[in-house]
Amino acid sequence: MIIEIVSWIAVGLILVTSTAMLISRDWRISLAALALQYVAAFWLVTRHLPFVMASAKLITGWMVVAALGMTRLGLSSAEDTDEESSLLNGGWFRVILMCIVALVAAAVTARIEAVIPGLGLQVIAGSLLLIGAGVVHLGVTSDILRVVVGLLTLLTGFEVIYAAVESSILVAGLLSVISLGLGLVGSYLLLAGSSSPETENGA
Amino acid sequence: MLLFLRERISPLIAGTVASILALTALIIPIDTALLLGSISLKISPSIQFFGRSFSLSNADGSLLAVIYGLAALWFFGTEASGSANRFVSFGLMIVALLTASIAVEPFLFAALLLEMAAMLVIPLLIPPTQKPSRGVVRFLIYQTLAMPFILFSGWMLAGVEASPGDINTTVQAGTMLGLGFAFLLGVFPLYNWIPMITEDSPPYVVGFLLWALPTFIVVFALGFLDRYTWVRTSPQLSGAIQLAGIFMVASGGVFAALQRHIGRMMGYAAIAETGLLMLAMGMQSAEIVNVSFLLLIPRGLELAVWALALSIIKRKAPTLQFNEVQGLARSYPVATTAIILSHLSMTGFPLLAGFPPRLALWQELAGQSLPTSFWVFFGMLGLLFAATRTLAVFVMAGGNNVWKLSESWVQMTMLGLGMIGLFILGMFPQVLQPFLINLPALFNHLGQ
Repeated sequence: MIIEIVSWIAVGLILVTSTAMLISRDWRISLAALALQYVAAFWLVTRHLPFVMASAKLITGWMVVAALGMTRLGLSSAEDTDEESSLLNGGWFRVILMCIVALVAAAVTARIEAVIPGLGLQVIAGSLLLIGAGVVHLGVTSDILRVVVGLLTLLTGFEVIYAAVESSILVAGLLSVISLGLGLVGSYLLLAGSSSPETENGA
Repeated sequence: MLLFLRERISPLIAGTVASILALTALIIPIDTALLLGSISLKISPSIQFFGRSFSLSNADGSLLAVIYGLAALWFFGTEASGSANRFVSFGLMIVALLTASIAVEPFLFAALLLEMAAMLVIPLLIPPTQKPSRGVVRFLIYQTLAMPFILFSGWMLAGVEASPGDINTTVQAGTMLGLGFAFLLGVFPLYNWIPMITEDSPPYVVGFLLWALPTFIVVFALGFLDRYTWVRTSPQLSGAIQLAGIFMVASGGVFAALQRHIGRMMGYAAIAETGLLMLAMGMQSAEIVNVSFLLLIPRGLELAVWALALSIIKRKAPTLQFNEVQGLARSYPVATTAIILSHLSMTGFPLLAGFPPRLALWQELAGQSLPTSFWVFFGMLGLLFAATRTLAVFVMAGGNNVWKLSESWVQMTMLGLGMIGLFILGMFPQVLQPFLINLPALFNHLGQ
């Protein structure tokens, strides 16, 4: 019973962190929310995978957050306001989008559980929220850090539900490598173009 | 280690390594002991890694020989293209990962390795001094979105195999599979990143990407067709694949004809070629495997020659727009000829490498659907129109321009060999027979 309650708390945490990542303009808040989101995802993954495998995912996630954070920290503060101007920036709009994702997740969770029994309502709900939030994130931004955060969110959602159907160590390892790779590619893309060719040659 | 070697040496080493691997795959049989004097040599068919195996059979030998042979071609051309040193090191890693995607068991996990290879391409597409373009970001998004769809569809397809009467699961699995491959292959309209990166990124790297990823994705897709009876026999799914193929061929041809940028033209030609591959995969015929591989092998050569020539021209005309490349035939005759020949080859021009596979595909398609054949013809006509426009721009010049050779001897040698290769594959397609003959054995049900 306690496990069920903690799992629902993890789902709630996913909803809060996803919404925070979506509406926050501050990259520090976004990355902190992503780090918390990995904790919630870790708990849901432990429902189907051994603790060690789930903790590998958590550590990978935190490493990605650290890599992105350190890269972003090294960039000039002028790029803090680099957010696109033509896209929809309204915070309320994003909240409404997350509400729609939450409603869809609430409506579909029980159906999926009926079709694929044994996954667990919390796992399905958490996974759908993460996937939905990731898709919304990718839909409303073209900022590189936000795109990478959106992809990582989506991938985490997939990992949560896929852990319930595939427990292979190789898959878990490769998914972790992909998460880490996304973080590194994101860091590279953030850094690309920020240094002048002269600096590169000089180095 | 290749990252730290001098730019002249690393392409030679990488090319030689790839050639040796290609020859090894061709000559040495897998899982058979060879006696070389007192030494016994045997290549093990599989290795275990985290509880799963990576297996190769003798039938894979021809495929690996083709892949590493073409990869060697790309690596040898690196210096002539002026690409960065890291192209060869990253290129070798990418080809190795993609080869692992053929070998991994269960084959479904190849989606993960394809995603890793796609991520390794990003540093090549964006030099450290260049701001990331929208095309590269879209490429990353689409390749990442593909992986969950494919992994999940594979899991669902296992359920479909267990209870084939369940229409709902069948439709859901088919939709997921279709979406996964649409993202992976860049099926209409998800190919918008291709023209973007051909405009913003180094042409040689883009050409390599447009050769390497679709080649392995097609092998992966053929694996799906082979493994799951429902996917192979469903007329709806094969119709959908063919429809997507028609859209890609026709739109690729039309958009190529409308371009004023010779890099984007290569992108649209590659899109049309991917459409042809989809048409081949959607055929209800025993020739699926033969026609698919007949298309794939010349594609590698065409794109290598085209991309190398574009790289050479890009140094003189960085934007690759028509107004900048006008009259370049007089100062870069070999590079411009290479572009025109590889472009014509992709339109299926007689005597060139692209002609025999298109003829074979057309023959099969004409027997199944004349409208499909017409749309293929329409797309190829668009590509031919684009080639004619490019040729007109290249030779358009004032009277004062004199003919000269601005290419280096390495560039001329590489391009010359590539062009000779295009003619050889066009006039004597039977040279591919030793490679093609074993490929159907890769698949248990397709083409049997």
